[in-house]
Amino acid sequence: MIASALKTSGLSKSFGSLSVARDIALDLPVGGRYALIGPNGAGKTTLINLMTGMLRPDAGQIVLGGDDITALEPQDRVRKGLARTFQINTLFPGLNALEAVTLAVAERRGVSNQFWRNIAEYRESIDEAYEILAKLRLGDDCYQPTRELPYGRQRLLEIALALATKPKVLLLDEPAAGVPHEESGEIFEVVAGLSDELTLLFIEHDMHVVFRFASHIIVLVGGAIYTEGTPAEIAADPGVREVYLGKRHHG
Amino acid sequence: MLPPVFGVLFDGLAYGMLLFLLSVGLSVTLGLMNFVNLAHCAFAMVGGYVTVLLVNHYGWPFLWTLPLAFLVPAILSVGFERVFYRRFYGKSDLDQVLLTIGIAFVSVAAAAWFFGTTQQPIQTPEVLRGSFHVLGLDIAPYRLFLIAVGGAITLALVGGLEYTRFGAQVRAAVDNQRMASGLGINVERTFAITFAVGSGLAGLGGALAIEIVGLDPNFSFTYLIYVLIVVAVGGLGSIGGSLAAAVLIGVSDIAGKYYVPQLGAFLIYLVMLAILMWRPSGLFGRR
Amino acid sequence: MALVTDAGTEPVRYLKFKTRWHWAETLFWLATLLPFFLFPDYLQLASQIAITALFALSLDLILGYAGIVSLGHAAFFGTAAYAAGIFSKMVWGEPFTGLIVGTAAAALLGYASSFIIARFRHLALIMITLGMGLLLQQAANSAGWLTGGSDGLQGIEIWPLLGHFEFDLWGYTAYAYSLIALFIVFLGVRRLINSPFGLALRGIRENAVRMPAIGAPSRKHIRSIYTLSAAIAGLAGALLAQTTQTVALDALGFQRSADVLIMVVLGGAGRLYGGLIGTIVYMIAHDQFSGIAPQYWYFWIGLLLIAVVMFLPNGILGGLQAATAWLQNRWSKR
Repeated sequence: MIASALKTSGLSKSFGSLSVARDIALDLPVGGRYALIGPNGAGKTTLINLMTGMLRPDAGQIVLGGDDITALEPQDRVRKGLARTFQINTLFPGLNALEAVTLAVAERRGVSNQFWRNIAEYRESIDEAYEILAKLRLGDDCYQPTRELPYGRQRLLEIALALATKPKVLLLDEPAAGVPHEESGEIFEVVAGLSDELTLLFIEHDMHVVFRFASHIIVLVGGAIYTEGTPAEIAADPGVREVYLGKRHHG
Repeated sequence: MLPPVFGVLFDGLAYGMLLFLLSVGLSVTLGLMNFVNLAHCAFAMVGGYVTVLLVNHYGWPFLWTLPLAFLVPAILSVGFERVFYRRFYGKSDLDQVLLTIGIAFVSVAAAAWFFGTTQQPIQTPEVLRGSFHVLGLDIAPYRLFLIAVGGAITLALVGGLEYTRFGAQVRAAVDNQRMASGLGINVERTFAITFAVGSGLAGLGGALAIEIVGLDPNFSFTYLIYVLIVVAVGGLGSIGGSLAAAVLIGVSDIAGKYYVPQLGAFLIYLVMLAILMWRPSGLFGRR
Repeated sequence: MALVTDAGTEPVRYLKFKTRWHWAETLFWLATLLPFFLFPDYLQLASQIAITALFALSLDLILGYAGIVSLGHAAFFGTAAYAAGIFSKMVWGEPFTGLIVGTAAAALLGYASSFIIARFRHLALIMITLGMGLLLQQAANSAGWLTGGSDGLQGIEIWPLLGHFEFDLWGYTAYAYSLIALFIVFLGVRRLINSPFGLALRGIRENAVRMPAIGAPSRKHIRSIYTLSAAIAGLAGALLAQTTQTVALDALGFQRSADVLIMVVLGGAGRLYGGLIGTIVYMIAHDQFSGIAPQYWYFWIGLLLIAVVMFLPNGILGGLQAATAWLQNRWSKR
């Protein structure tokens, strides 16, 4: 029996009469590669916000590993191993990549409240940060301020920041959003190279990417799970075509 | 015979109407563009000085100066918006605060230069002066006039927002700017017009305030604090919120000074802090 | 390939280099000794500048590093000034204990308000800092029996420092006292800025939303820095009470909060020396033009603010930095 990395049950949220999440139940196994797809406005990012704690649900439960994290603050969920990236770059413009990732590592190691020693003395944190950056091919650019990095490298930095927290479950919100097709390959190679023990859930619109990387697909429509299954099952499902793939085909 | 509390409520309501006129423009533009305009009361001051100039130097009757007290700041604000404010829409809170405080400082100095630093009294029309005795209370017709003007403006604003196309555009832009411009609404033009109306109303408020609280160059800052309190308490982008907050603050201030004078302005700061802590977006605010 | 030497890997050495002590800093601190020799008539002013620079440093910590816009920071400055003054009247005039009392009072107030401050942003935060400052000023005005009300606190007597150095009219003791306090605190703050905590603060300033997403307890960080900033502001306020031996309501007022904000922005927020430079420039200019009526002063300050915010958004230091970068660029292209 494969252990569950992240499980939600009955997760619901509405804003007044607008229901953005309806009774969502999903179960990610450890090491799973799950894709979350659906038309625009289906509530995919909202679901990630609910799971990470940026939004409070009206009802439902979220369980990470064996722990109920429904009531936990966002930073506490990160400490328990749940990390995410943002669809729109949410980086530190004035810090360079090295500083940004070192910060994330320092937070994880619990040394970020130490104010009496120079940052350069925290060699392990800095070296670990550099290692992460190097693995994501950001090593050479790590001394430049984030705001000066090209967009594609910034998307990689998004992932680097999340990886610095040593997550067990990583939620990627459209990791290649806005990146031109030629460069997006690099991002997905990185994603593919991630450890098998890391559980991934990624939101994606590009069906080629989805079919290439995902072992399981969840289709979200109007805030509720329409259907889920293996790529083959989803590709064959006529309802999904109509609701989503069909539109893409003609678009 | 009515107990004095009704007198306090009446005065508080009148004062609240004044605060409403001074604040409503700032609340809507803050809600629309998230632009922290601390020079708002400088426009109010301009309106006041327009009235002073026309009445004292050119002998105009008070009531006739009011439309100009509205128009001059409104037109002035369009100029400022084009030259300065436009460049700061996306910038940080701090940058906006500093720019507008700078403009307010300059306005204070300019007012002192042209009009001197003392308070400027004006002649109000006969019919509005003095007070008459009703049910044991002293009712000043001027305050009645304030309440009437405030009420009329509120109706005009609410009616304009609800029933005109421009009003619908403003409401859409306050609600969701990106969506609104996606729907083809010219958000910048909407903002410029709303800003002008808001500054004009502030100017009107400034002119009406002369009789109640006096006008001197420090008006830009003295009343800025009250206006900010009303806006923060009422919630950004809400006319109803501004009205409710203005009346609440107006009544609290008058009541505080009447019943516990040692506490002075204490009370309204406490009220503001309490409300902001309970509802950080204000009573009727959104974000 | 990262080079590994005794001094650490390349990234480690890079960060060490970035936080090193610069020769210009030594020059700056040596220059602060000049007033003793070159401008002995201005030592009282110099001591006021040192005190205000300390206050500006405290504001820069929350404004330039954590991104908290406060329009009420004088609340801590003034509270400590009154605490130190009242302490000297009711207990004894020993200066160091007075400093501790003042700083502690401000730190306590800072700690209490930090719980509120950390929960808000944008307009609500600005309003709350403003409101708290105004409230405190009103309270001090009303509590005339304690604070002397609008007349100010009278009859403060401070004993000579270390039993020997009297606070004379010339200001030698005052300036030495204030300067040493400023320098010691500055060294501590500099260390903090270059520590992991300093990096966390910059993270909050750069993107407060991202911080929880990397596991950072932002609110806790904000509470810590706010309390520290209040304590330092308090130290400055206590110094003021002791060196001038009076305290007035303006120590708590909006004007003081606004002035110090202008000084920090003028010098360049978030640049460690920005608050110091801004204070020096502002106060010397104010002293030189002090004959002018106040409203005309505010005309020029208003214009200056508008100019700084439009053309020099990172203050004097930011402008210098941009200018040197441009010069270096031209030099390398020649």
